[in-house]
Amino acid sequence: MSELLQPVIVGAGPAGIRAAGRLVRAGLRPIVLDEGQRAGGQIYRRPLIEDGRSYRSRYGSEAGKARKLHESFEALLPEIDYRPETLVWNVSPPERGNQLDVLSAGGHRQIGFSQLLLCTGATDRVLPFPGWTTSGVYTLGASQTALKAQGCTIGDRVVFMGSGPLLYLVAWQYMKAGARVEAVLDTAPFTSKRHLLPLAVRASRIVGLGLFYGLQLQLAGVRIHYGVRPEMVLGKGQVEGLRFRRRTLMGVASETISCDALAYGFALRPETQLADLAGCRFRFDERDRTWLPERDALGRTSRPDVYVAGDGSGIAGADAAEISGELAAMALLEDRGQASAADAPRLVTARDAILRQRDILESAFPFPDDWFETVPDETTLCRCEEITIAEGRHAIASGAVTEINRLKALSRVGMGRCQGRMCSAAAAELLSGTCGTAADKVGRLRAQAPVKPIPLGFSAGLETEGCS
Amino acid sequence: MSRRISIDVAIIGGGLVGSSAALAIRKAGLSVALIDKGYCGAQASGVNYGGVRRQGRPPEQLPLSQRAHRIWPQLKAMIGIDAEYMRCGHLKLARTEKDFAKLEAYAETVRDYGLGLELIAGSALERRFPWLSAKAVGASLCPEDGHANPRLVAPAFARAAERAGVAVLELTPVRDVVATGNGFGILAGDGVEIRCRQLVNSAGAWSDRFAAQFGEAVPLIRIYPSMVVTEPLPLRLPVSMGEQGGSFYGRQVARGNYVMGGGRGLPLADPDYSRPSVTAASSVMQRAIALFPHLAHAQVIRFWSGTEAEMPDGNPVIGPSETTSGLFHAFGFCGAGFQTAPAVGAVLSELVTEGRSTTPIEAFSIGRFRKVTAETAASL
Repeated sequence: MSELLQPVIVGAGPAGIRAAGRLVRAGLRPIVLDEGQRAGGQIYRRPLIEDGRSYRSRYGSEAGKARKLHESFEALLPEIDYRPETLVWNVSPPERGNQLDVLSAGGHRQIGFSQLLLCTGATDRVLPFPGWTTSGVYTLGASQTALKAQGCTIGDRVVFMGSGPLLYLVAWQYMKAGARVEAVLDTAPFTSKRHLLPLAVRASRIVGLGLFYGLQLQLAGVRIHYGVRPEMVLGKGQVEGLRFRRRTLMGVASETISCDALAYGFALRPETQLADLAGCRFRFDERDRTWLPERDALGRTSRPDVYVAGDGSGIAGADAAEISGELAAMALLEDRGQASAADAPRLVTARDAILRQRDILESAFPFPDDWFETVPDETTLCRCEEITIAEGRHAIASGAVTEINRLKALSRVGMGRCQGRMCSAAAAELLSGTCGTAADKVGRLRAQAPVKPIPLGFSAGLETEGCS
Repeated sequence: MSRRISIDVAIIGGGLVGSSAALAIRKAGLSVALIDKGYCGAQASGVNYGGVRRQGRPPEQLPLSQRAHRIWPQLKAMIGIDAEYMRCGHLKLARTEKDFAKLEAYAETVRDYGLGLELIAGSALERRFPWLSAKAVGASLCPEDGHANPRLVAPAFARAAERAGVAVLELTPVRDVVATGNGFGILAGDGVEIRCRQLVNSAGAWSDRFAAQFGEAVPLIRIYPSMVVTEPLPLRLPVSMGEQGGSFYGRQVARGNYVMGGGRGLPLADPDYSRPSVTAASSVMQRAIALFPHLAHAQVIRFWSGTEAEMPDGNPVIGPSETTSGLFHAFGFCGAGFQTAPAVGAVLSELVTEGRSTTPIEAFSIGRFRKVTAETAASL
């Protein structure tokens, strides 16, 4: 009966929208399921209600791309089966057919698919430090979302900390929005920025923008420090400041800075649970220190009817996501017996060029791999289950733990509401650090349905479409 | 990494049975190796519901179950943790008069075993358990039954065994095992050779292949629980719940999560792995709301499944091999081995060190399937 089924795209960000466009041009009518209220994904997120701000003010240098993507999507609407506010919380394994379990408008549905394209995006990678769960501490991504979608800032006097291109961009956006940026605290050493020099030749726009943000911040008197490690969030119940240390010519100095909000993050981590539930094979990615679904140049996974694109298939940013969405759609069409697209080689070349630039960019924002050497024992490791680093370490030592799922079983890290989406990166780092093994040796947290919490009462109105 | 080990007793399978046997046998003075293909307690012992329940067991299991009942409160002294063990009571509901009659009949059957069952009918049920919203004709309460955290018990037994001197070999699958005349030779993991005088087969759902190797084929089938857990909620459910004639069971752990199960998960192509069934989970959730309407808006945070072993008559296999001297079996607990397992470990220790069990285990002999298998073969 599979000829009655349509391809399903999960996620309506840059990858999902471009993939849908390609499928529509080939005469298909894909189902597009998106958790968001409006299409655009995280990077080109739109406000729920138009607030009068221009594309320029909302998306800055990326305004043109955002507008084009949104307009493309609007044009696609009559040609696709678009379902916003729809959470896909389970994928059947290959042995059990082609079926998604989704939660939409409070009701449960099972949706069959002929082919499945996962464009599930990424979330911030966070690491624990004393006070990171205090009210007023946000991720970099969340602080940007507040600005883009709701036109508000996370505070009036904000400190930005961490690593990754988002650090300078969000700080600059906050400054432009009228917030006072108290400091930008880069956890990477200044020397790591030397990697940007070769990138300046290949991708002068990226480096130029980065320099522009940094320069504008400095001109406005914003302090920028490198090689920073946080010591603790100050304030009881609400952020009042941050104590951090940094390497200076005189040695390591501890400093305190006052603020009413802190945004931090360490690059992004891909959302891969649906690919895991679908039974796709994974490989460890050294650069992002995480597990990714195996894919070919176009986005085919190890499961013949499942494809991946965008940051959920490996962090590469929005431009690469748009191309990879097109490529995965081409692979999907090819596998349906439609002729391969003439522009595929050109798009692969363009995408690979971005990936190479991304590699360089990431090396300018290295992961702080000494993190757990200095984080005190009483710090929260898993906020859902309220597990401290001491408890994590105790579980590792007393249970002779060397594997992440075993750590979960013995300590409850990753067992709570977020199912490890927020804490598993940190738990894996803690485990590999404590055992003295390479990050890939501690394994991968197995995904369990539901990938996000669903109401117990969902089961009342079960509807199926396209399922046997 | 080749390694030679010569010991008195080797135990294949580090679930709760194997790891508690390892500790007991070591305490009896013998040298022991505990071998597991993965991590101790990561299969049925770790993924089960966590019910520490005697009520509902067939009478032949009750002596063993009562022995385990005396062991559970001593966990802290034995293995260093109490594993969240709570004697909060097990309440079994009857939705119909017929089901309640069954509960009454059961109470009568097991009257002499000391379970202390209380039958509660009609309005007394509401007065006693005002939090119970579902319509029920009556219920049977076993006040000293309860629950514990299955993720913690078997690993803690294995670590306690290790501290007592047991060689715990995790991630070490047994590749070959043979009787050598005066004992057994085992080839495991990456070149580990083990020689032992006695051998315990407590490999759970993987036990049948070892039994078959010694000429004792058993009709073991695999079953897969289908479990649902909610986010933590205010403490409200003071007992572990079950139903006569229904498949729902549920408890609320100390942290506040409701752990509930019912129905079966589904095996994947590799039958070592399974998935929870959305259909089974869905009926568990509907029944949960009928019983506890306050859960209607609670969030479910995870489903899970696992691999358990079931025997056709609902009883486990416990006892000496009938073909091979020095070999003992303990497996096939039919999804209900969590409570009895620590006593099974103690029984295995008696069998290994004294050749007999002080607790009756005749009903669990592996020979009962030899007869069946022979009859089946004859009828073909």
